[in-house]
Amino acid sequence: MSDRAYLATRKGLFEIYRTHEAWHVDRQHFLGDPVSMVLPDRRDGTLYAALSLGHFGSKLHRLDPGAIEWVEIAAPAFPPKPDDSEDKVEWAVKQIWSLAAGGPDQPGVLWAGTLPGGLFRSNDRGDSWQLVEPLWNIPERAQWMGGGYDVPGIHSICVDPRDSRSVLVGVSCGGAWLTNDGGGSWAPRAKGMVASYMPPELAEVEAVQDPHRIVRCAGEPDKLWCQHHNGIWRSVDNGANWTEVRADPLSNFGFATAVHPKNGETAWFVPAEADSRRVPPRAALAVTRTIDGGESFTAWRGGLPQQHCYDLVYRHGLAVSDDGRLLLMGSTTGGAWLSEDGGGQWQTVSTTLPPIYAVSFA
Amino acid sequence: MAQLIFTQQLGRFMTVPQVETDAADLRGALDQAFGAHPRLRGYVLDEQGRLRENVVIFVDGQRTRERERLNDALAPLSKVYILQALSGG
Repeated sequence: MSDRAYLATRKGLFEIYRTHEAWHVDRQHFLGDPVSMVLPDRRDGTLYAALSLGHFGSKLHRLDPGAIEWVEIAAPAFPPKPDDSEDKVEWAVKQIWSLAAGGPDQPGVLWAGTLPGGLFRSNDRGDSWQLVEPLWNIPERAQWMGGGYDVPGIHSICVDPRDSRSVLVGVSCGGAWLTNDGGGSWAPRAKGMVASYMPPELAEVEAVQDPHRIVRCAGEPDKLWCQHHNGIWRSVDNGANWTEVRADPLSNFGFATAVHPKNGETAWFVPAEADSRRVPPRAALAVTRTIDGGESFTAWRGGLPQQHCYDLVYRHGLAVSDDGRLLLMGSTTGGAWLSEDGGGQWQTVSTTLPPIYAVSFA
Repeated sequence: MAQLIFTQQLGRFMTVPQVETDAADLRGALDQAFGAHPRLRGYVLDEQGRLRENVVIFVDGQRTRERERLNDALAPLSKVYILQALSGG
């Protein structure tokens, strides 16, 4: 069981650790600066933190194994925009929205998803980055649009554990895209999703879908879960087809999802009332879990605030550890809760942290 | 020589340089500074070479308005302040 985790927040990166009694807030890094994403790379023990500095742009820092001090490394950056480009999007990274390690057979490979919709790859632990141009250049990118931000962004990067060249990414709003050749070519992977915020004739267009978050089951890699703007979807064929799941008892709206690392039928969600009212249903925080592929859900509330709770758990605010029993959740109003029994009972880590953008186990 | 004075807020991330330059315009002066301090470039300009949205520059007491060409003229004794704009939080 993990005994350490990281919380990327509006005002720094916080570590929490477990004693024999409980979990506690431990060290902090970059105090005062927005940390948009954190990646503990389990292949070599390196820790990466993406900063989103209000004045000075997106930066990336690396803490090498055993090191005490962070080192600023290269940040993903777009190449010069051609003078004759008709692209309406500014070719400038506004935020690093997702980070993922390549496969175990690709030491040093990292992926970064950004606002506005650029996917970047590093082959050298972040010392340099290259825009994945085949994805940036797909004609359908012209249909992408902002979802929660003014510009589209890549928030989910799912490397296939069976083949590191196969990577699925989720885009708000731009659907899901799959490469099987390490990024050289891409195909849409959002068939079955439905966008009710579009005119009816465009509701099923794959390139306009808003998958808030997509996660892949490591043990059953063909099984994916998606919390979409308009509901919950799952796929059992690596995203070739998506099926809507309607059994969540509280709400089909939310941002976060996590999937059991071995059992692809088990997934967790943190419902919010609706897109027009982004608070927990009845102002009472709950986590829902399915163990049967979405046929049924159970709402868990033990240990979570049940009165006047307005905590929203954002896309990257829910994580599950490798054992499938340890869960961590962080909210946009600075609440952090942890469960050691698969979501049944939660303990409060803190309710006074800065707004939490992302959580991850060490 | 014109002086470039960078906000001390950058001290959280690097040693804040003090730069004197004989460049005739702002772009040339900044390029000289970035040549000696390469990491500074990404804090002041975006990857397209434009002044970052929430960075502001004053030349001899006048806020610069041109954010792409950065071609404001400098005098031999100009003082250039590169500061954080409060719009950035």
